Order: sequence, then structure tokens, then C-alpha cells
Amino acid sequence: MASESPDREHAVAFTLNGEAVRARVPARMHLGDLLRGTFGLTGVHLGCEHGVCGACTILVDGRAVRACLMLGVQADGATVETVEGLTESGRIGDLQDAFHARNALQCGYCTPGMLVTAAELLADETAAASREEIRAVISGNYCRCTGYHAIVDAIATTAEARRNRRETAE
Amino acid sequence: MSTDPGGLTFLDRPNSYIGRSVPRPNARRLLEGRGTYVDDVPAARLAHVAFLRSPHAHARILSIETDAARAMPGVIAIVTGPELARVCTPWIGVLGHFKGLRSAPQYALAPERVTWVGEPFCAVVARSRAEAEDALAAIEVAFEPLPAVVEMETALDPETPAIHPDLGDNLAFERVLDVGEVDAAFRDAAVVVEETFRFGRHTGVCLEPRAILADWAPADGLLTVHHSFQAPHMMQDILCKHLSLHEGAVRVICKDVGGSFGIKVHIYPDEMATCALALMLKRPVKFVADRLESFQSDIHARDHRVAARMAFSAEGDILAIDMDDLTGIGPYSVYPRTSAVEANQVVNLTGGPYRHRHYRARARVVLQNKAPTCQYRAVGHPIATMVAEGLVDLGAARLGLDPLALRERNVIPDDAYPCAGVSGIKLEKLSHQAALAKLKAMMGYDALRAEQAVLREQGVHRGIGLAAFIEITNPSAAFYGVGGARISSQDGCTVRLDPQGGVVAAISVTEQGQGTEGIIAQIVATATGVPMDKVRVVSGDTQATPYGGGTWASRGAGIGGEAAWQAGKALRENVVAVAGAILQADPRSLDMRDGAVVDAATGAERMTLAELGRIVYFRPDTLPPGVQPEFVATRHYVPKDYPFAFTNGVQASYVEVDPQTGFVRLLKHWCVEDCGTVLNPLLVDEQIRGGIVQGIGGALFEHCLYDADGQLQNGSMADYLVPMACEMPDIEVAHVVSATASSEIGAKGAGEAGTAGAPAAVVNAINDALRPFGARVSRQPVTPEVVLEAMGLI
Ligand code: FES
Ligand code: FES
Repeated sequence: MASESPDREHAVAFTLNGEAVRARVPARMHLGDLLRGTFGLTGVHLGCEHGVCGACTILVDGRAVRACLMLGVQADGATVETVEGLTESGRIGDLQDAFHARNALQCGYCTPGMLVTAAELLADETAAASREEIRAVISGNYCRCTGYHAIVDAIATTAEARRNRRETAE
Repeated sequence: MSTDPGGLTFLDRPNSYIGRSVPRPNARRLLEGRGTYVDDVPAARLAHVAFLRSPHAHARILSIETDAARAMPGVIAIVTGPELARVCTPWIGVLGHFKGLRSAPQYALAPERVTWVGEPFCAVVARSRAEAEDALAAIEVAFEPLPAVVEMETALDPETPAIHPDLGDNLAFERVLDVGEVDAAFRDAAVVVEETFRFGRHTGVCLEPRAILADWAPADGLLTVHHSFQAPHMMQDILCKHLSLHEGAVRVICKDVGGSFGIKVHIYPDEMATCALALMLKRPVKFVADRLESFQSDIHARDHRVAARMAFSAEGDILAIDMDDLTGIGPYSVYPRTSAVEANQVVNLTGGPYRHRHYRARARVVLQNKAPTCQYRAVGHPIATMVAEGLVDLGAARLGLDPLALRERNVIPDDAYPCAGVSGIKLEKLSHQAALAKLKAMMGYDALRAEQAVLREQGVHRGIGLAAFIEITNPSAAFYGVGGARISSQDGCTVRLDPQGGVVAAISVTEQGQGTEGIIAQIVATATGVPMDKVRVVSGDTQATPYGGGTWASRGAGIGGEAAWQAGKALRENVVAVAGAILQADPRSLDMRDGAVVDAATGAERMTLAELGRIVYFRPDTLPPGVQPEFVATRHYVPKDYPFAFTNGVQASYVEVDPQTGFVRLLKHWCVEDCGTVLNPLLVDEQIRGGIVQGIGGALFEHCLYDADGQLQNGSMADYLVPMACEMPDIEVAHVVSATASSEIGAKGAGEAGTAGAPAAVVNAINDALRPFGARVSRQPVTPEVVLEAMGLI
């Protein structure tokens, strides 16, 4: 069978940051390029495009995924959220405040991916979120600027505050 | 400490932001994914360039067949080295004050010979990067492979061919320093220790790869360059020179930069080629390195072998150091800063904290067919620190003295300044004794030693490592200017009061995440009395900011910050003078505080800045005759008293070594640092931590591995290890403050300190843990294999 042209386009439809969107995507284009190029979502950062650095991390159907390791066509039918959507919905406002207060970012290039990874961890109400656990969870996200220490602090503070809020609510 | 016209020091000024942990104003944007890195900049008719890079370490290009590629979809142009050379002239990376430094002309695209794996020699411009890469694959190249010079150890052998035959041999630079009576000191010493230290090549791995977008608008006569870069004015100057444009025809904009660490302050052939292509094609052209080409084409650093020895008296005084450094820099000395600086720093800095008076150092810098090396964070510092601190620990073991006590005994005393270091460096004020005392208390040194001893009995092998260091910051023109490089050591700041009473501050130092814009806002707010949230900082645009050097060698706070302080003070004087004319008050009785002109003595508000702005900008007809408000002030600053502001610090590491597997676990790390006035502890501390983690990377993980043919073996993030959160320890940071008297704010740099000291602290800790096994490591990175080898297990 002759191999398909890498540029052959496919129609996809998915939910992006709460909106229904459609696109025609070349078969070889990864989701990171689709989100950046077609939808202008500059919060999806590309640091390696081979799945190691975590800068491109987004949520697909609620799970943290590397946008560079998924093809655009695979997004068909999925629910995709980027840092832009998480910001707009206010879902990670407390986490962003904690990052800001603690200076848990320098150049900010790792930051969207770091926030999305942390958002997934914090969404799990059963997670203990100890410093060790936080360090383990963010170990797929490379940060060259900070010493990780402030990032761990910011996530731990947010986890703690959310726990306290839940307990008071009970 | 400085005083302002109101008789107050900057720390006592009402609403002073200096010294406070205020969050950075620009961080919010980055936290929302709304940064503007080069790849986020939109451009109409944008074309993308991809480069054909050498697969050989050294080869002659016999032919390049591009017909098939030209016919491929989306291809706009294919340009080879000789064609590009008609637009962009070559460069040579030498400096006048490094006597004898030699390199060869380097081209944006290699015209006839490639000299490392990854050197670009042909460019494809296409509608998309993917199409450009498709076309690259269709280009046929015939090479004649040439012998590759890979090993620095044999690069100077007579039978090794010269990489650049015109130079005759592969020696790029040599420096010998011989101070005091070194031979006599070693002859008379009670104890002599020696070691050969090897430092692996590593690289910066900025998370945002190098990126540049160049747009030539012929109708405007303007080349606009968006660049992920640290020194916009330097780039502007170099583009003018090599593309034959005048200064006004080039604008360089560096908005958000995703990490730099010295990687993004050098001239790269592919970036120069991108700008030349924009000129040739009269349309915007973008190059974003992918991670694989970053590993092959970003500068590397730290490829050193140092043989060194240290002499001690029976009481434990350091008497002398004798060392020989050999370093390989790749095929070219990198333009315009040169690749000789790292070795030169090793000579300047080794043993810098100590008061010995006999010192001999030789550094040889050799050419080789690997990626060029140049200046990466803490240039030379980690090497100098490891050599001296490794020897000090060996000395302590031989003398039976505590390593911390031995350092306390030998550092230059805090009351000895100003003085000169043994290598001739001028030291204004350092604080080694205070820093050691603080570290000792902070880490609970004695208790930790006791714990270590107990655990050792139980078969748990932990080690404590120390490293004292000095750091070069706030460079004056002595760094590059005197050598003929057009790299500005002065910086400037323009502040403008706007009608609503807000301030815009344009600053020539740049932001790559270290918080430059934040501290400039703090300083300007403090100097002008305008609340910080009404201060907007503009940086990274050659058309919008005063001329200056940008960010390198830890100069943003100390040099840019002082310029901002002076400009803010000048603006306040201007504003208060006009307010005095309106209020019929003596300007000396007025001050600016919290967004208003106030009575200096009582703090009572006389008029708001918004009211003053309304009058000055919209009703100047009502001003008293002869009053011409100048609500813009510009000041420049360059350090003049000392060539550099040296800083100092000490780090400690606590590690556990698994004697079965050779794995090293980092348990805890401490750093006490003296960067003069601490402008923002929140920013400085994480900056230091980031530096420490980069240093740990070099000590334990990072290594650009080449095979015997000069092929890079691990040029991907999957193969090249970088520190990740789970391996890193919590890091405690504290400060001693010795403000520099050269400036009013007294700030020195802090950017290199973490990276300077961390490797030596970690390696010394490993060796401390290995002591019961009679083993020691001296080669970085210290991988488990290196540990097991040292223990004789493999
Ligand atoms: S860009 Fe996707 S993991 Fe690095
Ligand atoms: S803040 Fe720069 S990579 Fe994390």
C-alpha cells in the first residue's frame, strides 16, 4: 500500500477550552502545533517536541498529556484544555496566585506545562501532595531557571489551602 | 550608604520597595500563557528556514545538488554558503587584550568546509518548517571527509593536523601567570596534595530554544529582528557591521526570553543567516531551533582538564597553588566575546577566597572538531572553585583538620579589604568569614558531622561537602571594551512621568526571567515616590530604550539598577522643582511620596502627581513664566572604581552515596551569598537556587558525549540528562550584605553564585562519603559508573 502523504488533511472536531472547534489538520501535525498555529494558543510551549520536557502539557479529557506526543487528528472528539482555558475558567486561579507570590517562575517557559501538571495533581482530592509527592509528579516537567524549590512550595501551599477549604466546608 | 537630596538613604525613604519581597509585575502574564516569545510573534507572509547541518566533524564540501529540493512544495529559496557570503561578511572571534588569541574567519553558512557535526552550510526557506525540512532531505551533498581533531589532549601534538591550516597548529590561546616563589613554597611545604580534575562538556538547554524572526521592510529601510537574546544593542551593532547596514536600519526586539544563561548572548551562524535571508528575500523569515539542533549548535562549555597541586604548612596554612588547565573550544573562538574567556577566568579565580601569595597557573585553549564552546552561566567559576576546594579538602584530610576550620583559617579576613587577590584581581569588600560563620550555624554543622559519624557506623554513607567561592559581577569596560569588542558595559534608564502620575521606565538591561523588570520597577518606584503598580518598565527594544549592554555577567541589578536609581532621582528633582514653582514653595521642602508631592518635613500632601501632570501636559499656559517642565530624565551608569564587583559565598551539600550502585542522593543544600544590597530577596533566592541546580546538573548529570569521530552521542533530551525536581534537594539560602561603595544602591550580582559553587560542594560531599572506602572521584559528571569505578568495583 502506498503510504499516505504526510500533508493529507483530515477534518477534526473537538472541544477546546469550552468551545466547539473544527479544523483541517495535516496527518503529521502534532497537537501542539495545531493549538499554537491554528488556534493561536501561545500558552502551549514547545521545548523539545520529543516528549521529555513537559512544556507542552495540556489536559485532554481531564488528563495531563504532552501536546507534542499526540497528533492533531487524535484530538477528534476530545475535550482539550490549555493554560488559557484553565485561566479563563478560574480553575487554577489559586495556584497561579501561589506561583506569583512565591516567584515560582522565572522565564515562564515551563510555567504553563508546570501549572497544568500541578492542576491535575491538585484535582485529585485524595492525593496527599507531600513535598516528595509533588517533586515526583512534576518530574516530567523540566525547569531550567528556578531551583524547583519555589514551585514545590507554591504547589504545596495551594494543596494545603484547598484541603483547609474542603475541611471547613464539611 | 547613599543619601538622596531629602537626606534619606534609599532604605529609609517612605514607601521604599528596596529589600522587599514584592512579586514581579510581569509574572502574571507568563502565568496565564500570555508571554510573547519569538515564536509567538505574528508576521504576515512569514517564511520559515531550516538548515542543512554537517553530518561530519570535519569535511570538505565537494558539491551541493539542490534541483530536486527546489521543486518541492512550499520551497521559496535554497541558499548555499558562497551565495550567503555575498550578503553577510564573515567574522573572527578574537579580543585585543587576550594577547595571541587566534581564530579563523567564520561564515554564516560554511562555504567550503564544515568543522563540527551540526555546522550549518545550506539553508532552505519554505512556507512552513515542515516543508523546509522535507526539502532538506532531498538535497544531495558530496563531502570529502577530513581528519577530525576530537581529543583536546592530543590536539597540540605535532602529528595532529591543524583545523585551520593557516594558523599552523591548534593552539588558540595560552596564558601563564606566575606570582611569588611557587617552587620554593612547594619545596618547603609540610604537605602537598595533588589531583587531576576533569570537567565534562555540557550545554545550556534553555527551555525555549534559540529563536529569531527577521523582517526586512525595504520601503522603511528597516530590518526588524525579534530575537530570543540577552544583548539587543550588541546584536544590532553586529547585524549592521556584517550586513552593511547603518545603525538606524536595524531594530532588535527581545520580548520574553525563555531562559538564556549566556547561551543567548553569542553570535550564531544560523541566526545571522536568517537575518541575511530576510534581506535577500525581502520578507519575514523565522528560525526556531528544534531541540536536536540545539544540542548540536548551541554553545557548549566547561570542557576542561586541570592538573593542580596545593602546598600547606604543618599548621594548615595554604602556601601555594600550581595548576595547568587545558580546554577544548571547538573549531572557532565564538564571536564577539571569544571562547578564551572561560580559561582566563579559571586562571583569575582559582583559590580566589584564600590569602596565599604563591600562585602559578597555565591555561591552554585548543581547537577541536566539536561544537564551539563559549560562555555559559558562571564562566570558569565552577572549574576554579572545584580545583581549589577539591585540593583544600584533600589537604584537610592529610592534615587531619576539619574542612570548615581549614577554610576559616585560610580565607582572606573580612577586615583585610580592599586588597588584591593573588592573581592580581582587585577586591573591594568580601565577607568570607561572616559567610562561613553563617553557613555553619544555618546547617548545624557540628550536629550534622555527629549524625554522619553515627550513620557511618550503621553502614549509611553520607558526606558533607563545602565550597567557598568568589564571583565576578558588574563588569566594567575592562571585560570587552578594552579588547576592541563593541559590547556596552554602560547602561541607561529613561524615566518619564505621565499625566495621570504613572511612570514609564525604559531600561537597557534585559529580562529573561531573573526579574529585571521587577527590580527596576522597585527602584524607580522608590526613587520617584510613585507606587510600584503605576510604574511600567520597558526593556529589550533597541528603538525604545537607552543604549546598553543587556544582561550578562550578573550586571542587571548592579549596573542597570543604579542607572534606574539615578534616573528616578533626577526625575524627582525635576518634578519637585516644577511643583515648587506652582506651589510657591522651596523645592527642597518638597518630596514625592505615594503618588503625590508632599511637604518633606510633615508628609502632608501638597498636590497629587495627577494634578501636576494635568497642569504640565494640558495647561502649560498656566505655569509661571520661565518654567519649562522636563518630566523625562535619563541617566547612565558604568562602574569605574573597580574593573568588577567581586562577590563571595559559600555552599554546602549533604549527600548519601549507595556503595552498591554508586547512586548519589542529594539530601540538602545550603548557600550563603553576599551580593551586596539585596533588592528583592524573593527573586534573589530563587535565582541562586536555579543556579545551584544548574551547577548540580554539571556535577552529576549533564555531559555532551562525543565518539572518537566527533559525533555527538546524546543530542536529545531523552539522552542528555538535566536535573528534574525529584532528584533535587530543598535548598536553603541566606545572605551577608557587603554593599559596594561604587554605586549608591550598592548592589552586586547574584546570577553566577549558585552555579559557581554547587559542583564543588556536591563533589566534595561525595568524596567525604567515600572516605571510608579510600576512594575519591575527580571527574564530572559524577555518574554512578564514575563512583563505582573509583571504588574499584568496576
Ligand atoms: S515539547 Fe512536548 S514534552 Fe517537550
Ligand atoms: S521558569 Fe524558565 S524554564 Fe521554568
